[in-house]
Amino acid sequence: MSRISSRLIEEKVFKTIMLAVFISVTLLFVVMLLSIIMRGLPGLNLKMFSAPKGGYCTDAGGGILNAILGSLYLSLGATLLAGAVSIPTVLFLNVYLKKGSRLATLVRFSFDVLWGVPSIVYGAFGFAVMILLHARASLFAGIITIALLELPIIARVSDGILKLVPQELGEVSLSLGATRWETAWQVILKQAFPGLLTALLIGLGRGIGDAAAVLFTAGYTDSLPGSLLRPVATLPLAIFFQLGTPFPAVQQKGYTAALVLIFTIFIISIFSRSLTRSFQKHVLR
Amino acid sequence: MQKGYIRTNLLNVAYGAQRVLRDVSVEIPSRRITAIIGPSGCGKSTLLKVFNRLIDLNDDARVSGEVFLDGASIYDHSVDVYGLRRKMGLLAQKPTVLPMSIYDNIAYGLKLHNSLNKDELESKVEHYLKASSLWNEVKDRLHGSAIKLSIGQQQRLCLARGLAIEPEIILCDEPTSALDPYSAERIEKKLLELKENYTIVIVTHNIQQAIRLADHAVFLYQGKMVESGSAQDIFKEPKEILIGAYIRGEFLDEIWLDKEARIGKKVEEGEGI
Repeated sequence: MSRISSRLIEEKVFKTIMLAVFISVTLLFVVMLLSIIMRGLPGLNLKMFSAPKGGYCTDAGGGILNAILGSLYLSLGATLLAGAVSIPTVLFLNVYLKKGSRLATLVRFSFDVLWGVPSIVYGAFGFAVMILLHARASLFAGIITIALLELPIIARVSDGILKLVPQELGEVSLSLGATRWETAWQVILKQAFPGLLTALLIGLGRGIGDAAAVLFTAGYTDSLPGSLLRPVATLPLAIFFQLGTPFPAVQQKGYTAALVLIFTIFIISIFSRSLTRSFQKHVLR
Repeated sequence: MQKGYIRTNLLNVAYGAQRVLRDVSVEIPSRRITAIIGPSGCGKSTLLKVFNRLIDLNDDARVSGEVFLDGASIYDHSVDVYGLRRKMGLLAQKPTVLPMSIYDNIAYGLKLHNSLNKDELESKVEHYLKASSLWNEVKDRLHGSAIKLSIGQQQRLCLARGLAIEPEIILCDEPTSALDPYSAERIEKKLLELKENYTIVIVTHNIQQAIRLADHAVFLYQGKMVESGSAQDIFKEPKEILIGAYIRGEFLDEIWLDKEARIGKKVEEGEGI
């Protein structure tokens, strides 16, 4: 067999493997999505977007507006907080610290470790701190805990984004007589902005879907969120509690809550993508 | 005395253990084009980075010796690095526009160093775009993205951006090597115009370009300054055989080895160097 035909066979074999993996992964997601849609859709009506009329484990009527609003407040608050802490941190790592800095290596390593910590541990940590402070479960405590959960994710992804900013860009700005801060704020952040939005979105997606971290810290309630210091309901816990009941009508609400959660993430994704596009106009590629 | 005169004295630069410049003493005259020539890796770009102290960004780099701008040492502790860099516009090999509009690319440097109102800013942006012959091509899309410009236009934008900080010196690091011949010619013509008012240092691989542009030339080889002086003398009658060979496009390594061997022989024969 000639050399070229064996090379072409090799290409075909690997292309087939990749295609097979691609199709099976896509199919898996489609099946999961379809099953959630099929189970959730029958319960989807306008009533689901109203406040609950009774306990979440009984079939008292009303919807899951408490959990929808609770999840939105919680994840948006946590993402803003985590972004406000992690982006300046990685900006400092990338702009001010030396390339081989031990401190930077240590910080990156600890982000990697924190990324892998299960969310129940964050929940337990938040709970321990709350006990120490004699605080009750609240939206505020939930935001802090979810922010801690999102922090290493947003930090590590933004770190990767900042590393992609061409080195020449910083040199150009400095050669014009700018300080490092002016360079970071007016040039590097501009170039990295769409990527940083994506980092925030990844963090938000992780935060909005997490049940274990909010179980002890944000609690659960049938009332709509009104105060930072009161407990809030969240969609993941609504799913968790309602699927666990023996009543089909309540279980149905759980499936619908799952559909609503997926749909919420979908809308946030589309919104932030269009936002990203409008900031991409000037970015170097 | 005219401003924008650079002089180095026994300048040494090393990246870690690797010595890049060795005992380099050169003079860059004011209001002239000085070409720094020599083969790749001879330290030409490093020399530019020493002048505007961008070398400070390189954590491994150690600089020793003296560099003077208009008689004042630029590595003195009291030197304002930002003010120093402002005196030197940089035109890099690959045009790197800032991630903003054409207008903001020029306004960025202006706003760093001056407090201007909107009208003043607009007229200055127009002035510098005209100075780099870009105005006519971009006047209708000043707020469009700089990345949409052709690479030759981007390089002229970079030139305008450099001029806008009102430097005394323009440092060019192979400014035309990424450009097509027509764009390159426009940049060269611009530099010839600009030397009336600026000290220009141009690092180039292109001997023909150096011959076309330079009034003064510095030849670097393996980190050492081999010859410097009037461009006419150096290109017509180089004192060093190396330069003659380089200009004619001959292989340098063999000549260098020959020369070292010859020097070694002279030492053995007791002639000294």
